[in-house]
Amino acid sequence: MNGLTFDIAHLLAGSLVLISFMMLYQDRLFALINVFALHAVVLALSVAWQAYIQDAHHLYITAAIALVFKAIVIPVGLHRIIQRLGIHRDIETAVGIGPTMLAGIGLVTLSMVLMLRVTPEADPLAREDLAFALSIILLGLLVMVTRRNAVSQVVGFMSLENGLVLAATGAKGMPLVVEISVAFSILIAFIVIGVFLFRIRERFDSVDIGALDDYRGERR
Amino acid sequence: MSGFSFDAVAAILFIPAGAAAILAAMPNYKMTALVNVIASLLTLLAALSLFVTDRPAPGQYLLVDDLNIVFIVLNTFVGFTTSVFSASYIAHELETGRLTAPNLRFYHAMYQIMMFGMNLAFVSNNIGLMWVAVELATLTTVLMVGIYRTHEALEAAWKYFILGSVGIALALFGTILVYMAAQPVVGEGTNAMVWSVLIEKAAHFDPALLSVAFIFLLLGYGTKVGLAPLHAWLPDAHAEGPTPISAVLSGLLLNVALYAVLRFKLLLAASPQAIGPGPLMVTMGLTSLIFAAFMLYRRRDIKRLFAYSSIEHMGIIVFAFGMGGPLANFAGLLHMVMHSLTKSAIFFAVGHIAQVKGTQKISEIRGLTESHPGLGWALVIGVVAIAGLPPLGIFMSEFLVVSSTFARHPWLAIPLVFGLLIAFGALLLRLTGVAFGEPRGGMAPVEASYVPMYSHLALVFAAGIYLPAPLVAWFQHVAGILG
Repeated sequence: MNGLTFDIAHLLAGSLVLISFMMLYQDRLFALINVFALHAVVLALSVAWQAYIQDAHHLYITAAIALVFKAIVIPVGLHRIIQRLGIHRDIETAVGIGPTMLAGIGLVTLSMVLMLRVTPEADPLAREDLAFALSIILLGLLVMVTRRNAVSQVVGFMSLENGLVLAATGAKGMPLVVEISVAFSILIAFIVIGVFLFRIRERFDSVDIGALDDYRGERR
Repeated sequence: MSGFSFDAVAAILFIPAGAAAILAAMPNYKMTALVNVIASLLTLLAALSLFVTDRPAPGQYLLVDDLNIVFIVLNTFVGFTTSVFSASYIAHELETGRLTAPNLRFYHAMYQIMMFGMNLAFVSNNIGLMWVAVELATLTTVLMVGIYRTHEALEAAWKYFILGSVGIALALFGTILVYMAAQPVVGEGTNAMVWSVLIEKAAHFDPALLSVAFIFLLLGYGTKVGLAPLHAWLPDAHAEGPTPISAVLSGLLLNVALYAVLRFKLLLAASPQAIGPGPLMVTMGLTSLIFAAFMLYRRRDIKRLFAYSSIEHMGIIVFAFGMGGPLANFAGLLHMVMHSLTKSAIFFAVGHIAQVKGTQKISEIRGLTESHPGLGWALVIGVVAIAGLPPLGIFMSEFLVVSSTFARHPWLAIPLVFGLLIAFGALLLRLTGVAFGEPRGGMAPVEASYVPMYSHLALVFAAGIYLPAPLVAWFQHVAGILG
């Protein structure tokens, strides 16, 4: 593999991790969604690049799904939902920004140490992709646990899923990647519609998960 | 490959899928319930025919072997009896206005899609396809858990959805890692995801990568099995959905996830240098057992009580498979079958009880054996069985788990027996209040079909007394495969 193709793939995957970090410190919903849209655009580029260097044309479909669905449809939809439902624009965080960032750094270190150690023989590109992908997955989980608002949890989940797509495209010649990315898109569509329906039926007074905790454990 | 044998597998998949399409288009609810029962019966017959017909050679996507036949037959059997129970349960829900006719159409179509997803997960020979099938089965149950549209039901569905999605994401990452481990040995493409190819070559895979993959898979699918500390969705989903769904969740869906874990455990066992899957599974199993046993004491909701009991039993089963060896695997398989039968029978009884009493609160249900002897005694037998008293089937399987533990790792038997006794106490304590004493709550006679629950209980009872030799031989053979 020549140096430049490797470097570009590396750059794109690295940028995804960086953008995941950017999500950690957003305290406005709109800003968070915009950062997610950027995440999806970079993912689409990264997948398209993989499709090009692996000469795997079906991956262009995955890239297109990432671009159209995740970078455009979902963010626009979420913007609409937030406006229509009048959700608070500020995100309540369960943990402060500082500790969250530190935890994020810890998680990235962990995934680098783990993945690079267990894959000494794998193809260097796939290997680094995997390490970056695990970082993105863990950062996505971190976004989910540190946010108390349902919409930002959904965004956390979608960024986690971007990490999975990165891992799947990095694994050379993996079958079913397109199918799996379609399956995930359906899943995400369900989640987003779910958020919308919950509110539209006015069963919940807010989309703040904290409010749901009134009902925890037992029916009294 | 003979043409007929392939039909059996196709039938298991196409009958539910086709029935779902028909059910979605049928307006009459009484007919839909009937079609649901008939489709489930046909699927069961197709599954049984797997025993007698030739098996197809493992393909790139589908596989039938001795291991998954046990799961498929159990799955379709409980699927059938639950559809019978569901018909009478749903008729009552319609009368009380908790569900409407369009809801029912949706419900029945989803029921068949769920059966399709679960059957597909069992017969899939491709770890990617298996993942998709498990996701499908989960999504449909999420929709059904939220079908009442109450605040509680929606919250339960949301929680189940988010936790299930995280679980499924981790499982997918594990699946990708397995592919990465297989790719240098098997080569690129679909073959590196075909389980029967993987198991042959697993010894040459990179052990470190495979070990990491298994941890992700155990956490991911383990969320679906309901292993502590990943169980948080399970009690809510059981308590707030329609009771037939609680029965299939406990009796079947947990098994599907367990089956996925077992397949990957086999893969790991074939690679000598990888970490042993046993200690991980034993730890998670024991944690679930003891945690759930203590949680049983403070339950006020009867469906939640039995949901925690499911966590406890899945803990025991995972523990048994984690121990490994012919005896423990045999015990684990038997326990899984017995638990599915008993727990779904209990949920059938609980469903009718909650309907006549109009509540799920344990404190408001009293003296069932006097007011509704048929239901009350079914519950008594069910709880006695699930608590592990002789002569019922679960006593036998628990006894085998404990004795095989004593034989191999005596010190592990201490926490195991401790957890079993704690759970036993909690269940009997709750049972005496609910079943005996002065009757309280609704006294209306039940319009229930007793056939599904008593047939399950009769099977469990029979298994406790006498296991037919061919069945024992079959289970021993499967236990041998599981290593």
